[in-house]
Amino acid sequence: MRKFDTKIQHLKYKVLREVARHAFEDRITDIYKDIPEIIVPGPKPMMRCCIYKERAIVNERIHLALGGDKSNPNVIEVISIACDECPLSGYEVTDSCRGCIAHRCEDVCPKNAISFDSEHKAHIDKSKCVNCGRCAKVCPYTAIISRTRPCENACKIHAISASAEDGAAQIDNSKCISCGACVYQCPFGAVVDKSFIIDVIDMLKGSENNTKYKTYAIVAPAIYSQFTYAKLGQVISGIKELGFFSVVEAALGADMVSYTESTELVEKGFLTSSCCPAFVDYIHKSFPTMVEHISHNLSPMATISKYIKETDPGCKIVFIGPCTAKKMEVQKEDVRQYVDSAITFEELQALFDGKGIDITTLDETALDNASYYGRIFARSGGLADAVTQALKEHGLDDFEFKPVACDGIEECRMALLKASKNVLPGNFIEGMACVGGCIGGAGVLTHGEKNKTTVDKYGREAMEKSISDAISVLGMTTDKKD
Amino acid sequence: MKITICIGSSCHLKGSKDVVEGLQQLIKANDLSDQIELSGAFCMGNCVNGVSVKIDEELFNVQPSTTKSFFEQEVLTRL
Repeated sequence: MRKFDTKIQHLKYKVLREVARHAFEDRITDIYKDIPEIIVPGPKPMMRCCIYKERAIVNERIHLALGGDKSNPNVIEVISIACDECPLSGYEVTDSCRGCIAHRCEDVCPKNAISFDSEHKAHIDKSKCVNCGRCAKVCPYTAIISRTRPCENACKIHAISASAEDGAAQIDNSKCISCGACVYQCPFGAVVDKSFIIDVIDMLKGSENNTKYKTYAIVAPAIYSQFTYAKLGQVISGIKELGFFSVVEAALGADMVSYTESTELVEKGFLTSSCCPAFVDYIHKSFPTMVEHISHNLSPMATISKYIKETDPGCKIVFIGPCTAKKMEVQKEDVRQYVDSAITFEELQALFDGKGIDITTLDETALDNASYYGRIFARSGGLADAVTQALKEHGLDDFEFKPVACDGIEECRMALLKASKNVLPGNFIEGMACVGGCIGGAGVLTHGEKNKTTVDKYGREAMEKSISDAISVLGMTTDKKD
Repeated sequence: MKITICIGSSCHLKGSKDVVEGLQQLIKANDLSDQIELSGAFCMGNCVNGVSVKIDEELFNVQPSTTKSFFEQEVLTRL
């Protein structure tokens, strides 16, 4: 059974798994000595020019698996030596150039960047070209194409670019929202999300089997579309086997959020969601005038964590999800008091294997707290559906709810742009930075067409059918029987 | 007196919501709101026998159907 979408994920996973194994076995000091040779045994190189470069890059991967550069606040980092400095930027003439006589490309070029060789074929002088694209438009053979680097193509908000110095990718932290799109798309695995698995392993060990304090795992509802080689109940058992005391659905936090967010919306008349940390960060960085419209609710992760910390002061909480931006969210002032660390599904797989846990052999443990509506937060449109339902449950059907569900950061940008000019045909922006919603996150094991239907199916399996039923035990709703 | 009811997944599936609602009603009917504090907890490490309920630090197993007798025998007698 295929566990990952790409070989890059698999490579990253192998490093994480070995780091986890060393940490579980108290062999942290051997990490840099052992792991490069485990991953790159030699003598022949597997991926690059030589085993020495491969091992040097593994060293960098280890560094990131151990938390990366502490002086860089961004949780996404570039491994410069792994960046192939793709020479793909800008316009290029392909083999399709027939060496015609017309030379429209030359005529239209405002920079005189086009010249012809002895076979009359066109060439673009990169030092003159300004990537205006006019030549490509006029070529009758469509022989000129624009090639962008996969990382730049993935980053719809233009936060990653080639550095002027060496051409390696560099991230502009004032724009980057840590969504991880570049991490998933870089074919050389040169952009990586920092990992905090060591902190998590320390937390689990320090709890001494949950006697000194308890460690809770909050799992995102996107989990249902993952680990498809096993049953969900076995994944939950696996998480407990790692040493977690209990596993709670982030979807219950989502139920709490939609319940309060619906009344907040009615009160304020216009809102943007606050669930997706990359979307929230995007508003702060690129649409500062819209910040006042962000829902004051904490994210579902932080909301349920806050509740758990109140019922069990002193406990530790780790979020497990599909998201790299959650690693940034848990460091925020108003969240870090509730959530101690965040890891991805990729990293969870590494923890299972690092501790030698085969989840397919485990009995199933129940995971059921949230309602259908809390669970469908994992996919685009789910949050808007949940708020519709919450308005109904509050008896606020009269309110004209006009949600704009934005699937991916480009749609978010369009909606924010319109809203900032008061021309958005809606009063609620559901912002999801990843296409598809959380199930399209950079930290999932596999992205698949079926993920959305799987999440909806998981939603329907919830014992609680309404939001107020799911959260009634938390003492938040007024007793309906009164 | 503090009564803590497990609302973890396993107990939730066994009806902890009904136990919570049952106790809320009984507390109200007996006018004991100022003497009994109800709260939730995620897992008490007693999943097999749930629904787990603690009166202060003492652990009990309650089912939705036994909520009333639990309240009469264990809660009222301790007040």
